[in-house]
Amino acid sequence: MLARLLRWETVLLVLCVAVFVVGSGSDGFAEQGNISFLLLDYSEVALLAFALLPIILTGEIDLSVASTLGFCSALTGTLWDAGMSFETIVPIVLLAGLVLGSVNAVLVVRFGLPSLAVTIGTLGLYRGLAYVLLGDRAVTGFPENYRPLATDSIPGTFLPYATVLVLVVGVLIAVLVHMTTIGRSLYAIGLGAQTARFSGIRVNRVKFALYLLSGALAAIASLIYTLRYNSARADNANGMELVAVAAVLLGGVSIFGGRGTVLGVATALLAMAGLRNLLFLDDVTNEIQNVITGLLLILSVLVPVVFKPRRTKDVPLEPSVVDAERRPGADAGGRLRRDHQGV
Amino acid sequence: MATVANAPKDPFGTFTAPKGSFRAVHTRRKGCGVIKPSAKESAFAGRELGIVVALVAVVGAATIARPSFLSGQGIHDLFLNASIIGLLAIGQALLVITRNIDLSVGSVMGLSAYLSGQLFLVDKDLPVIVVVLAGIALGAVCGAINGALVAIAKVPALVVTLGTLYVFRGIDYAWASGTETTQINAYQMPQGFLSLGSGSILGIPHLTLITLVVLAITAYGLHNLRAGRELYAIGSNPDAARLAGIPTGRRVFSAFVISGALVGLGGVLHAAYFGTINASVGTGRELAVVAAVVVGGVAIFGGSGTVLGAALGALLLTTITSALPILGVPAFWQRAVDGAALLVAISLDRAFMVRLAERLRAERAVRRAG
Repeated sequence: MLARLLRWETVLLVLCVAVFVVGSGSDGFAEQGNISFLLLDYSEVALLAFALLPIILTGEIDLSVASTLGFCSALTGTLWDAGMSFETIVPIVLLAGLVLGSVNAVLVVRFGLPSLAVTIGTLGLYRGLAYVLLGDRAVTGFPENYRPLATDSIPGTFLPYATVLVLVVGVLIAVLVHMTTIGRSLYAIGLGAQTARFSGIRVNRVKFALYLLSGALAAIASLIYTLRYNSARADNANGMELVAVAAVLLGGVSIFGGRGTVLGVATALLAMAGLRNLLFLDDVTNEIQNVITGLLLILSVLVPVVFKPRRTKDVPLEPSVVDAERRPGADAGGRLRRDHQGV
Repeated sequence: MATVANAPKDPFGTFTAPKGSFRAVHTRRKGCGVIKPSAKESAFAGRELGIVVALVAVVGAATIARPSFLSGQGIHDLFLNASIIGLLAIGQALLVITRNIDLSVGSVMGLSAYLSGQLFLVDKDLPVIVVVLAGIALGAVCGAINGALVAIAKVPALVVTLGTLYVFRGIDYAWASGTETTQINAYQMPQGFLSLGSGSILGIPHLTLITLVVLAITAYGLHNLRAGRELYAIGSNPDAARLAGIPTGRRVFSAFVISGALVGLGGVLHAAYFGTINASVGTGRELAVVAAVVVGGVAIFGGSGTVLGAALGALLLTTITSALPILGVPAFWQRAVDGAALLVAISLDRAFMVRLAERLRAERAVRRAG
């Protein structure tokens, strides 16, 4: 399994390098301003992907991240429009992100509902509430003293402030996932929640915290998004969940949980940001870029299934539950079925 | 796998459990290997009643606020609004019953709507039936792509269809921007086609008639045909279904193709009804469709629910949407209401299932004691 993991990340790294090598050949790609733009352009996606990663590791999903971002952005706009100072808006928006995350958490963890259905529901609900707040209006004119934080680079370097924040979050998530007991327990939950529970892991508490984290990160992403575009609209970041999920899965994280690394996701994010920038420079429209993201998402799941190592094909006579879940392409509903039998 | 060898050759035939017991309902064979509706499925039969009650409540409230809501024209409009989304919900229900999902329905619908417009731009005298069949075929092809990835390549449906949602939509936009007319209007389409969308027979809109026919056929097939029953078996437990000899891959693939064809038909009808088509037709419809299916009592775990429920779910959601402005709620609430309805439905289902499980456990305990 380790060999496969390494191989996947090698493939990613090659892809990433290839994108940037091809890029350096094209006009304007390697310029400092463009690299800053490239990094900045993916900062919100990166935050959402880092929020999704631990959730997918536990075998759950959160499709509502982009809608949470949209709601928080609409809330920022509404409050700013009402004349509130930006310093008071920030904590309110962060709190709102936590509240939206906790709604997901309560429905998934307390009520034991399938996270897929819940977050499709909240995807609609949060986006709908964003429209309730702002309608089809756009609020602009956010304070010029804060906007540089989302648009400018640190003087003398190509690193935008927002990217520094993303890097800090990425490192914190990496530490959490790979260097703490909680992080290890995420893999255990992903491979078998029941077993994890019997091993003394507080599965529900961990999952609850992850959804809160997801809400908070989406709220932070919303602040960057709103300030960067200087525009709060209800349809901000519409469909960004696709890009975030694509980045996580392309990064080698198993959709069934229990497998994946932060490094893989970070490499995938960089490759996708580079690719997007290349396409942008070549005047490829947003819709075609979405096609490519969609194809990447499908390929990232298809490739490991089609080219699975030989030994996993020799299914043992009596595969254990854990083995069955580990196999890529194995019954996607394994976890759901457990729920099903539980009632 | 080893358990198969020890199990009776025909688990549905040779094993008999006490009549009326939970297990008996699950396994007793009636007819030629057709799995009869399970306890779980028939327990949901009360669900249709629940939706009808909710429907009456919504219609009642709206009628009090504005009496014309329940006039002949009002009812006509309610059914008309629900027809296309109902068609999509019927297709989606087939998939959700097999524990799959199709998030790309909105994009497929957009593609087929755009195709029908483009066909009329090429030749306005094209027979309507050719365009309808072309739309259905395009939808079926899209469904086949999804189905092949899910059933053959074993990629989870959620991921595949989230991907194809954007792929199909992108193709739609690329197609629209590649041609001279990005928006096709009613005057560019023949009257015969438009009257398919707006006309009615004996006061019943064509669209509603089509949906009712599709509903009757799929409901019959799902309830009586072997392949239909097998969809439930697959959704209840894919591994067990495979071990019982059901060609799960083929059935799931077929479900995707049928669902795609229905979505394709929905796209053509959308074009005929609205008469204005651009590349954004159907954007975000997947939420309403999935919500309608889940509200209609099709469990997201698969294995239970009916297409009638899904169609009623669609009718309930579109009726709520029509009632909102009358009850003084801005139209912007629609998306939120769809999402909230989905959440309420799955929460209620959960509570109901927990109660059902407790009752069954209690019954079993009583039987053992007696």
